[in-house]
Amino acid sequence: MMHDYGSFSFDSKAEVLERSKEYWNPDKTQFWSNAGVDLVIDKREGYFLWDMDGRRLVDLHLNGGTYNLGHRNPEVVAAVTAAMEQFDIGNHHFPSVARTALAERLIQTGPVGLTRVAYASGGGEAIDIALKSARHATQRRKIVSIVKAYHGHTGLAVSAGDDRFSKMFLSDRPDEFIQVPFNDLGAMERALIGRDVAAVIMETIPATYGFPLPEPGYLEGVKALAGRAGTLYIADEVQTGLMRTGELWGITKHGINPDVLVTGKGISGGVYPIACVLLSDRAGKWLTEDGFAHMSTFGGAELGCIAALKTLEITTRPEVRSMVHYIADLFGAGLAEIRGRYPDWFTGIRQNGVIFGLEFNHPEGAKFVMRQLYEHGVWAIFSTLDPRVLQFKPGILMNDALCDEVLDRVEVAVQKSRDDARTGSGTAA
Amino acid sequence: MMTVDTARAGHMLEQAHWAARGYSTFDAATVQRIVAAVADVAYANSQRYAEWAVQETEMGVVADKVRKNQACSKGLLEFYAGQDFVSPRVQVQQKMVQIPRPAGVVLAITPTTNPVASVYFKVLLSLMTRNAVVVAPHPRAKECCADAAGLLGRAAEEAGAPIGIVQVVDEPSIPLLTALMKDERTDVIVATGGSDVVRAAYSSGNPALGVGPGNVPVMVDHTADLKAAAERIVASKAFDNSVLCTNESVLVVEESVSSQLERAMAHAGAHVLDQESTDRLRSYMFFGGHLNTDVVGKDASWIAEQAGFRVTAKTRLLVAPIESVLPDDPMTHEKLSPVLALVRVPDVQRGIGACRAVVRIAGAGHSAAIHSEDPRTIMAFTAGVPVLRVAVNIGASTGCSGLGTNLAPSMTIGTGFVGGSSIGDNLEPAHLLNWAKIAYNADISAPMDSFAGLDPAHAPSGRTPAYPMASNATHSSISASALGARVEAAVSSRLPHGATEQFRDEIRQLVAEELSQLLKG
Repeated sequence: MMHDYGSFSFDSKAEVLERSKEYWNPDKTQFWSNAGVDLVIDKREGYFLWDMDGRRLVDLHLNGGTYNLGHRNPEVVAAVTAAMEQFDIGNHHFPSVARTALAERLIQTGPVGLTRVAYASGGGEAIDIALKSARHATQRRKIVSIVKAYHGHTGLAVSAGDDRFSKMFLSDRPDEFIQVPFNDLGAMERALIGRDVAAVIMETIPATYGFPLPEPGYLEGVKALAGRAGTLYIADEVQTGLMRTGELWGITKHGINPDVLVTGKGISGGVYPIACVLLSDRAGKWLTEDGFAHMSTFGGAELGCIAALKTLEITTRPEVRSMVHYIADLFGAGLAEIRGRYPDWFTGIRQNGVIFGLEFNHPEGAKFVMRQLYEHGVWAIFSTLDPRVLQFKPGILMNDALCDEVLDRVEVAVQKSRDDARTGSGTAA
Repeated sequence: MMTVDTARAGHMLEQAHWAARGYSTFDAATVQRIVAAVADVAYANSQRYAEWAVQETEMGVVADKVRKNQACSKGLLEFYAGQDFVSPRVQVQQKMVQIPRPAGVVLAITPTTNPVASVYFKVLLSLMTRNAVVVAPHPRAKECCADAAGLLGRAAEEAGAPIGIVQVVDEPSIPLLTALMKDERTDVIVATGGSDVVRAAYSSGNPALGVGPGNVPVMVDHTADLKAAAERIVASKAFDNSVLCTNESVLVVEESVSSQLERAMAHAGAHVLDQESTDRLRSYMFFGGHLNTDVVGKDASWIAEQAGFRVTAKTRLLVAPIESVLPDDPMTHEKLSPVLALVRVPDVQRGIGACRAVVRIAGAGHSAAIHSEDPRTIMAFTAGVPVLRVAVNIGASTGCSGLGTNLAPSMTIGTGFVGGSSIGDNLEPAHLLNWAKIAYNADISAPMDSFAGLDPAHAPSGRTPAYPMASNATHSSISASALGARVEAAVSSRLPHGATEQFRDEIRQLVAEELSQLLKG
């Protein structure tokens, strides 16, 4: 059967995989084949993906929340489609209607104290802007993040993260980028005591590390320490924002008004790339001194602004906020029940809203579960920096029937993955 | 075409669906507490909403609307006291057990004529039967209805109902209503309003309870207590200026007692018109056979003045004598105003014929009334006139709506198959749920187990849904309510108006909860 995609076509999935290895990324392509996840995404709609071979998967990966509102959300698609009659990427040098409208809306709905918005084309670039802004504002160079942090792959962002992604590109800079263990206020205090740190950057719940939850009081403590040291607090809300914790921004549940807030992924509506940096007066000082100091042709592309505005409008509907609470409640209870049946294997649930890290009793436990979920119609991914933990990320517009169905699928996958891990079959990649 | 409005309305239904899912597990005691709390608040605001409704719609009479609001709040509570739509019913003899299954999401379309009473009525019926309800008011009564539905919803949530159990469409429009009716998340539509709305409900593809229009004949025979009949008819027609669909439209009276009845009616506040005034009234009230909706729910004296003649300010009702009941005369159609057509007939048999003719014009399956002391006439009348309720020796407006009779008190009057409706009774809670039946082997040798004390429902353990606390939150860390307050403090106050208000209400509720727990413990 021919797979015709309009601008191009392939004879088979095998052909795609072969050419993918040849022209795109041989290692990554091979990795997934070895992992038993032979997925090439074809059709996509709502919270469903279809593999080229026609198999349907429920998407609980959502690319870290990119598809928070589902794939090709009809409202976002309609907004962007209509906007294409008038807009394109725009010209980043000039004031723009779309960028202004989105910035105003972000500030209106954002934490108190954030006053301006800078735009990027993706999360990494947005983190770079946040770190540059902090360095300019404080005239300090050091950045503190947590061990196993992940903030993206661009210049400064990659240095702030785990060296898994920086060393190989000779981009680790331990002298300027200090890492302290998560949930260790003492270590944070020692890192900040020299009053030479520009910013502490924290994901509100570190995603790639498997969503370990900040201990009660930890983030609040970090914010207080940063305040005392004249250090800015950057809230990386790329994966915890946009109602995933049951509030628009997860950081507000901690009572923290950050100096900088970064959003990406989901703010695009999954349709047009955009990322945003919300800055306080202090952090955004460069915007009044030299507005040309950071530039980005695609950053704040006007079509992206339209997608983001619609995304924000949908996400902030009171009905949607309430729905997220219901979904969180249902999954929390359902997963706890399943865990109760397999307590030796399914050892823990980390949850805040619809953000879940599911802990399994094997150093690479989540890879076994991921594979069985894949076999049983669900796509959810292990945590790169802690493969014991499965990232489990239901969308915020899921209906209850789909939630129930997912729980049924999870139950089967948990049971089978336990058997796989015991016998060593279906070995994790 | 999906607009912001329809998309958002879809999310209202989705939220309602979640709320209904939670509410369907609640036990009888909790449901009763929630229903009582809502009825109390509704009752306490009867006057305010009666005034508001009259002001906004320019229809009806405040005092009568107060009575309807009271009947549709505390009245309903009293009428259904002791009835349980929640607990299983064990039928040992039949070897069956029945478990109630609520409809889920009720889409309640409410009319402009009885706006707030209908909101009260449909919300309370939904809550009694563990349904969520989304109210879609008539655009001309949207403000009072939205406010009332909001108030009732908050009262329900404060009493422990799931968040989103009662919602309302603030800005109703026909495309929006159509989208809501067709949406698969709507479980049942309860449509009251014009026949277009009812037909749209039935053609939506979703289950619907819609009722046809009324056009109520009332007959007075020679056996009737004429003074009492006159007073009752005048009071009924004057009630809320005839906006109830059960109000009398055409009076059919035996000739032998007609002048006596007319005098008694005049004494009670009716004005019997002469030929010229009747003609003026007819041409003012109907253009091209259609009712001039300006007259709906207006005072009799105002209508007379508009038609071009004067009556005293005390006149409660205009009586327009006509020769016969033929569809060509618009006076024989529904008028929804204190204007009553009058036909004199030689005998009871021809009276029944005239009443059949009224209902043939409009109002099949709806209501009729008779004032008579002769049960044979009453029986013949009921058998002959194709309606589903006949009020005897009481005004039709209230009597057929279950106020002052033992019919179910209702703002939605089923017109049955003959009237294009799926229900023939006055709408009552039982219409909003099904029963799952456990059926044992009927053979005498197969025993039936005891179900005594078994109930799948239970009291909720806290707010539904629980506030999403982090799973590692400890007792010593922050409470859900304090967390809510914290979030509010952390976001700017420049959210759109509606969102902020709802959000603030939620916070206030959480804070109140926390305070009361502190005081208790």
